[in-house]
Amino acid sequence: MTGQPNRIYLYSRYERFWHWLQMALIAVLLATGLEVHGMFVLSGFQDAVNIHNFTGLAWLIAFFFFTFWMFTTGEWKQYIPTTRKMLTVIRYYSYGIFKGEAHPVPKSKKAKHNPLQRLTYLSLAAVMLPIQMISGFLYWSYNSWAAWGLDFLSLSQVAFVHTAMAYAILVFIIIHVYMTTTGATVFAHPKAMITGWEDLEEPEVVEDWEKAGS
Amino acid sequence: MQTSTKNIFMLAITACLAFLPAWAAAQDEPPAPGRAMARQAGVLSGDWTTADHSEMEALKKTFESGQQITETCLSCHSLADDQLFHTIHWKWLSPYEDGDLVGKAGYSINNFCISTNKMNDKKCSSCHIGWNGKEDGINCLVCHGEKDMDWKAQFKDYQFFKEMGEAELVTEIQDDISAAVTQIIRPNRQNCGSCHFNGGGGEAVKHGDLDASLINPKRTLDVHMGIDGEDFSCTRCHTTSKHQVAGRVYSTPAVSERKSLVEDDLAPKISCESCHTASPHKEGKLNDHTDMVACQSCHIPEFARAHATEMTWDWSKAGKLKDGKPYIEKGEFDRPVYKSIKGEFGWEKDVEPQYFWYNGSVAALTAKDVIDPSGVVRVSHPVGERGEGQSRIFPFKVHWAKQPYDKVHNTLITPLLSEENNGYWKTFDWQDANTRGMALMDLPYSGEMGFVETTYVFPTTHMVAPKENTLSCRACHRPENGRLSNLAGFYMPGRDRFALMDYGAWILAIAALAAVGLHAIGRIVANGSRKED
Repeated sequence: MTGQPNRIYLYSRYERFWHWLQMALIAVLLATGLEVHGMFVLSGFQDAVNIHNFTGLAWLIAFFFFTFWMFTTGEWKQYIPTTRKMLTVIRYYSYGIFKGEAHPVPKSKKAKHNPLQRLTYLSLAAVMLPIQMISGFLYWSYNSWAAWGLDFLSLSQVAFVHTAMAYAILVFIIIHVYMTTTGATVFAHPKAMITGWEDLEEPEVVEDWEKAGS
Repeated sequence: MQTSTKNIFMLAITACLAFLPAWAAAQDEPPAPGRAMARQAGVLSGDWTTADHSEMEALKKTFESGQQITETCLSCHSLADDQLFHTIHWKWLSPYEDGDLVGKAGYSINNFCISTNKMNDKKCSSCHIGWNGKEDGINCLVCHGEKDMDWKAQFKDYQFFKEMGEAELVTEIQDDISAAVTQIIRPNRQNCGSCHFNGGGGEAVKHGDLDASLINPKRTLDVHMGIDGEDFSCTRCHTTSKHQVAGRVYSTPAVSERKSLVEDDLAPKISCESCHTASPHKEGKLNDHTDMVACQSCHIPEFARAHATEMTWDWSKAGKLKDGKPYIEKGEFDRPVYKSIKGEFGWEKDVEPQYFWYNGSVAALTAKDVIDPSGVVRVSHPVGERGEGQSRIFPFKVHWAKQPYDKVHNTLITPLLSEENNGYWKTFDWQDANTRGMALMDLPYSGEMGFVETTYVFPTTHMVAPKENTLSCRACHRPENGRLSNLAGFYMPGRDRFALMDYGAWILAIAALAAVGLHAIGRIVANGSRKED
């Protein structure tokens, strides 16, 4: 009797590429952004500013492609928020997980995200990141505000929003990275985001006699 | 197939974006636009002439006085004297203010030698371009003579030996005079420097960015004047028309409008932007600064980089004598730290400027103005504030002094100083020096003198460093001890923080880390105990 793990193809090549690209962009932006904010000295202020601006604009452009992909593929439906089973999921992560219980909302190709993920990713992709991109773009275009009729803005306010959101994303990353270890095995989720194939928690047991030709 | 095409397209775009800066850097480096513009504007030095003064018949004669020389100059340059009489170099009065209030010959005061007592103080007049103050006409050779000459002594000797009948010596002196009179040039750094490098009673006293080190500077000291660089003379930027030299700053700015030669080819070249334009940098973000930060702020990281400059002057310490005699005490930089006639001095080298909003105009007190002696009196200060007109952040030398004031009238006192006038430097008698000094100004003096702390400012604009020595962004964009830490009222990235949010956010981040850490430990422990079961 051999257990054949139940694997499903969850993430397309573009999704995986987008995830890791975005991770790299955010890492660079966080590091250079905090340096510009005066937290530490890494590459030097001027380089930090230039790298930050370049990366930020690259992200903005790439994000348009991502949005396009979301709507042409219909993947946006994966992010529709729901309260169903929300409490169950919360109960799982704060209690059941310690008991070795199974995840109450297993992943499938049609539903990659549990209710908690849906809400988190939706607020990330639809609220936090756009706010960060818009405030970043405004920050970057500071010298053109007068010409664009935006001089009612103050750099201080824009910088505040941009910095606050950066911290929010930092906190997200801490929790997000930890949550990737909660799959069937510690590396199941990260592996899925690399190969596209996710090992599910409960491997289906296939009896020997069921196998053809045995 | 479709997805993979899309993926390749995406990859290609990202790759292009990622390698764009590297690709740009690999290209042959063209000079920054501002540098290219300035090089176009400044091709070759204007070192051309159509006259050799040693061949001029008019100059082949005996000169017995300065006036005779000037008359001879004017016999050809017939408009020169009238032009000169309209300039500040002659009048020592600001042409921009009414009457004779502002200027060395007026009621202007500083916190060095304080006042010229309306040009009555003989010592001060040594820097006037006349033969004898405004009395005996213009001495053209101060600015146009290549030879440095003590004319007063020369003519005195001439008369003396002539009366003695010493024909040989008379000829010798006359040959010297003749040589000086025929070596005529456009003003060079030495000519201008003879006064402007020695203001305030000595070399490097007054301006922090103008001293004798600029006669033959290295380009590291001044990238424009450096003899191993562009070798500019002063008039290269201080454009002169009808003997009016551009660049004097009183309440009226040296430049009224920021424009380059591209916009107006007859505009004076007095500002950096005249040649370098307002977008001189290759990098856009640096150009974004030029509306708020003057070029000088970053490109002159320190002033007094070759010779130390005088930073403090305490008149209240003057008058101490040794064995009944005045004395001089030298200190660091081989500069006087004490002079009985003047008081105590402080000298500094490689001085970080102080930065202020500045619209190009300097407000200054006159001897007529009432002061508030309870605090530090600003004898002069830069005018401007953020968002107002052409105000930009500009570097300054701030000279501190303690100088005499009238305790009853609350005005600054203008003591008569020179030995030639039997002033304080000879008598060491404040009351007499003050009384006579104020009388020469037609100003009242109560007889009660005190000393008050004062400051006096100089815009720093010379000693522009080569680009590799300019300030880094961090000099200002830093949380603490930045160069602009005293300028408030605006948000500056890297300098300003939202302290409450910063702390809150880091506490939140640490809390998140702690939470996931505990969660992880919980899982490991629970997992272990389940396995044991």
